[in-house]
Amino acid sequence: MHERPHNFRIASASAVTDEVLRAAIRKTADSLLSRRASCTADYPGFEELRDWGRSRKLEVSGRLEQYAREFADRVEAAGGKVHFARDAAEAVAIIVRLARERGARTAVKSKSMTAEEISLNEALSRAGVTVTETDLGEFIIQLAGERPSHVLAPAIHRNRAQIAELFHQTIGTPTDLDVKDLVRAARAALRQRFLTADLGITGGNFAVAETGTLVLVTNEGNGRMTTSLPPVHIAVVGIDKIIPRISDLPGFLTLLTRSASGQPISSYVSIITGPRKQGEEEGPEELHVVLLDNGRSPLARGPFREILHCLHCGACLNHCPVYRAVGGHAYESVYPGPMGDVLSPLLWGMETYPDLPDACTLCGRCAEACPVRIPLPEYHRKLRILRARGQVRLTLAAGVSAAAAANPSLYRTGLGILRQILIDGRELFNGESIGAMENWMICRNPPRPRKGPAFRAWWRERERKRS
Amino acid sequence: MKVSLFLTCTADLLYPASALACVRVLEALGVEVDFPRLQTCCGQPWLNTGHPDGARRLALHFLEIFENADTVVAISSSCADTVRNHYADLFPDSPELRYRMEAVGKRTFEFCEYLYKILKLRSIPAHPRSCATTYHSSCRTLRGIGLRGVAEGYLARMFGDDFIPLSESETCCGFGGSFSIKLPEISGRLMADKLRNIEATGASQVTTLDLSCLTHLAAGAERLGLGRIRFLHLAELMADVVTK
Repeated sequence: MHERPHNFRIASASAVTDEVLRAAIRKTADSLLSRRASCTADYPGFEELRDWGRSRKLEVSGRLEQYAREFADRVEAAGGKVHFARDAAEAVAIIVRLARERGARTAVKSKSMTAEEISLNEALSRAGVTVTETDLGEFIIQLAGERPSHVLAPAIHRNRAQIAELFHQTIGTPTDLDVKDLVRAARAALRQRFLTADLGITGGNFAVAETGTLVLVTNEGNGRMTTSLPPVHIAVVGIDKIIPRISDLPGFLTLLTRSASGQPISSYVSIITGPRKQGEEEGPEELHVVLLDNGRSPLARGPFREILHCLHCGACLNHCPVYRAVGGHAYESVYPGPMGDVLSPLLWGMETYPDLPDACTLCGRCAEACPVRIPLPEYHRKLRILRARGQVRLTLAAGVSAAAAANPSLYRTGLGILRQILIDGRELFNGESIGAMENWMICRNPPRPRKGPAFRAWWRERERKRS
Repeated sequence: MKVSLFLTCTADLLYPASALACVRVLEALGVEVDFPRLQTCCGQPWLNTGHPDGARRLALHFLEIFENADTVVAISSSCADTVRNHYADLFPDSPELRYRMEAVGKRTFEFCEYLYKILKLRSIPAHPRSCATTYHSSCRTLRGIGLRGVAEGYLARMFGDDFIPLSESETCCGFGGSFSIKLPEISGRLMADKLRNIEATGASQVTTLDLSCLTHLAAGAERLGLGRIRFLHLAELMADVVTK
């Protein structure tokens, strides 16, 4: 999905100085994380619930294939059709074929990161199907011709004034509308599309194996309209979204909505088992679930297994200092922030995303916020190990420096020389600076040793006086 | 009470006064301090950059030096965190080494943590030269060794109303070890945010329990023309009180 190797430093260069962007991200991310903080604090046993969530997810990731099979059987028993897709190309081909067979010209779509992952909109549009994003944030970025920059709040990088201007330019609203009128304008633009769409396309927040039930969590009601108005509903669901039983759902909903938006429950939870049945008045005539693997099965068997437990709540993004400083587009992946740092190199290759393991200060806030306790900082460390295996010279240098550092006399000599340079040789760092110091000096002066004797000399002198 | 001081490479290189102050405070509180001279670095730079072989080497050296110590007191949170929370995992295939690393880890404390948890130090006199002071909590203090509110409590006792808590105290200062040189622009951005919050407190001195954040922030403050702000380890302020 990304042709050349991603260079995070270059990709984030303009974002890092963009104060408007930062202010927009901080405003939304701060509101999400403070709501999360109060909403998890006032839920007794939330910490235990996180443990429970992790253990249920471990159960699924330990038997992914078995649960996927069970889910598929139940969906089909309820009258739906399940399509297994090994990769993005297969998933796209299945959906394009379904659209063609039905002569579909238009589709409405509820927000789905999995659909983004397979670049579904582009493929459908090439196949002559006009796709309309119906989530407000997605609607905004579709008008802007952009990609989502957050897994939960896709237009987090845009402020109200920019959105008002965009609406004015693209759908001809008056200039400088306030938030309420912007929402009204979007609703008016979308209503007719819902009523005439040939296809409704969604993702799925949870897929219940026991019952073949698809669960959609939204706040705008667009998910419900997408799944009930068009004659055909197609859901694209990663196999990692499966949960074992329907009795697991309340716990997972609590974990998801409280962590994502700080809500006890979202405004809408659509619980869908099969298409419209005989005698029912609502719902689509056909329900298709495209179960996407796309590299997930191998992950379940490897050292990064728990990344498959991700609920896509976005809490790690909201808490990440790096994400908050540069926003989602700098990651040049569907999945930004801490979960994306881990997932992108695993799904699309370290050679494609060699820098993302470094896009982390190991501050640990993501792990503290993660509803299912994915060890994200540890995974960043592990990815750095994987990457280092391909870097022969660096590994050699690390070996030599470690050997020197573990040798007391070499260590003391080296440190002593460095200390003298930092005290007496500071002019060395003026003008043309050297090596790693060049990057250090971009925003800092050279470290300045505190005045006074070196500790070891002081200690030695003291021992001498005592004896 | 007897402790072995883990100097850490940052104090060794840049902040001898912080280490000296730790010794003074510990001794004033009746603790006997030993300094094993063959000690070096905890190995964190290798641990965090994908070189576990290097980290193992330093962990084994640390074990050799400190295994027989009753208690180890480290001058920086991130080093204490490394020893306590990461050493054992470096040896997944050796139950014996895992056990020994866990054992030495359990006896390793950050300086302020040791005062609070082991010495049960709860009260501390007022500082003789009170001035506006703030505190950078550092990620590894908060989420590594899990110490919250302890340093702040001591500072409130020493400085009263002159202790001004820092806003966004849970947020990273942008150091992050190799992060600071791999992504220097983002690191600098986070650093500037942290320094702006520090400036907003009006404090003339900033204290912390992590010397690597301190190095980054002090060097950045100098670059941004905030040289008037002093950056100190908490031990240095405590030393003024307990040894006056």
